[in-house]
Amino acid sequence: MSSVRMVLEKPWIWSFAGALVVWLATVAFTGGYGAGGMVTAALSLAVFTVIVGIGQMFVITLGPGNVDLSLPANIGLASAVAMKVMGGSDSMILVGLLAALACGAAIGAINYLLIWALRIPPIIATLSASFIIQSVDISYGRGLQIKPPPGFADFTNWQVLGIPVLAMLTVIFTIGAALALQRMIYGRSVLAIGQNIRAAWLAGVHVGRIRFLTYTLCGALGGIDGALLAGYFRGANVDIGNEYLLASIAVVVIGGTSVAGGKANVPGVWGAGLFLVLLLTMLNTFGVSAGVRLVLTGLIIVGVITAAGGEKAVR
Amino acid sequence: MTALAPGTVPRTSPRGSAARARMLRSLLPALSLALVLIAIAWLNPRAISYFGFNLMLNLAIPIALATIAQMFVIAGNELDLSIGTFVGFVGCVTATWLREAPLLGVLVLLGSIGVYALLGALIHLRNLPSIVVTLGMSFVWQGLAILILPKPGGKAPDWLLAIISFKPPYIPFPILAALLIAAVVHFGLMRTSYGVILRGSGGNAAALRRAGWSLLRTKIVLFALTGLFGVLSGMALIGITTSADANIGNGYTLLSIAGVILGGGEFVGGRVSPIGAVIGALTLALAASPLLTFMHIPPDWQVAANGAILIIVLAARVLISRRER
Repeated sequence: MSSVRMVLEKPWIWSFAGALVVWLATVAFTGGYGAGGMVTAALSLAVFTVIVGIGQMFVITLGPGNVDLSLPANIGLASAVAMKVMGGSDSMILVGLLAALACGAAIGAINYLLIWALRIPPIIATLSASFIIQSVDISYGRGLQIKPPPGFADFTNWQVLGIPVLAMLTVIFTIGAALALQRMIYGRSVLAIGQNIRAAWLAGVHVGRIRFLTYTLCGALGGIDGALLAGYFRGANVDIGNEYLLASIAVVVIGGTSVAGGKANVPGVWGAGLFLVLLLTMLNTFGVSAGVRLVLTGLIIVGVITAAGGEKAVR
Repeated sequence: MTALAPGTVPRTSPRGSAARARMLRSLLPALSLALVLIAIAWLNPRAISYFGFNLMLNLAIPIALATIAQMFVIAGNELDLSIGTFVGFVGCVTATWLREAPLLGVLVLLGSIGVYALLGALIHLRNLPSIVVTLGMSFVWQGLAILILPKPGGKAPDWLLAIISFKPPYIPFPILAALLIAAVVHFGLMRTSYGVILRGSGGNAAALRRAGWSLLRTKIVLFALTGLFGVLSGMALIGITTSADANIGNGYTLLSIAGVILGGGEFVGGRVSPIGAVIGALTLALAASPLLTFMHIPPDWQVAANGAILIIVLAARVLISRRER
């Protein structure tokens, strides 16, 4: 009995429960048709939200005001860089991935440089950076019609027994992220900074270095996500990352991570990512129009955050 | 007689230089606008005319109104990431219902201000992060806009067109409107006693609560004011463009935040400036498009110009603040 209560007290259980409810509702509507295919599709789409969600989670955990608004622009630029470097040839896949990773990491590093040098809130720093990145992307990616190499496109769509390989790799990655958060000095430092930046500094945590690493990590994850998206959707695009601003913040919050910082939750990001994707699938299955779908998505996000409630933010 | 009168502090004293730095800091928004204007005058002298200003500042009115809207939530330490799609929603209502069924249109717009007030109450009562709530609401407004106007179209009401195309003598209408907006909001927020309470709710909420003021009410008022100016912004935008599109306001979210910060506002502590916010919006409107066109820079870099201005002004602010200590 006590083990059941322990599970129920985990903040991430609710996001998985939500995903399950939405999935059951859709299956009931279709009469069981396509139940397995839906899970496969949800897993392959959730991967992209989870990857940036983990990056955003580390940033948000740094404390109030920390959020990366440059992710959509970052994803867009990295997808163009990856496709251009790969140039449609299978032999360049690894180089292209590394280029996207480097591009994203550089954007993350610049974000922190702005925060540190101009002493401005991260929201404004990442916002101004995203303006500039967006223009670079529009100018760089103009008329860019490069398809991903066939090997890369196949890899991002590869499934084994109905489970996307990319999703398996991402599960391994998220386990790594959870270990880094709970068991490594880096993760403990991030949590300490989020709980009380001054106390963390007094306790000898390298606050500047950890924040720099976190923003760079988030940028790098955005970069890799851009490359994978371009592979999955078979082509780079300026707007490819647009939906990931809301999605990355939403999965973090719905997944049980505290917006006030200092409390992170890795499994919840997966649950919330699946919940969001399945929610879209459900609304599509019900055949509602684009307008109704947007309204319901928004209302559900507001409803979930209201039900979850906010803790006392430490300002 | 070694004591100096307060007014005769030597100019070299640290206090004097700190005061100068503070003044320089408060003048920074106006200085950046002046710099952009000088650059435009230098590149294309003919642009500095009645007709030129009318043309260049055309879109500045809705941007200034959206910036003021954003300023109210920022004064209460919150952030509205839905103002852009809300302006688009208002635009769609203005171009359809407000023209065809004025009563319904007015009711819907008043209702949407009510929704903003409710959001303020919800955020305060449940202690929610405003970023997430408004990000969710941005989907709701966008969805409603698409439902009202699935395809770009509609037409602005005639009375609205008449107001926007008003040509006062000597002073171009956009400048007159900007002065009016800045003066009204400055008086309301900076010079009335309830304005002080509103800003105080962002500055020191605990002190206000102990003094017996309702923080719930200040939050509701601030959000309702945001809704009101969002409605004005959407209506002004449709008056200029004459027809609507569900995505018409999407860029305003980021522009409005940038305008508030450019105008000397700060994210926490209730430190905002209505005059600065209007100046910030004008600077962004001028720098993004006319200045770049005159410099023969392709429109691809319009967005980057906004980012660059933001970074330059913030860097200047850091340099000045360093002297302030």
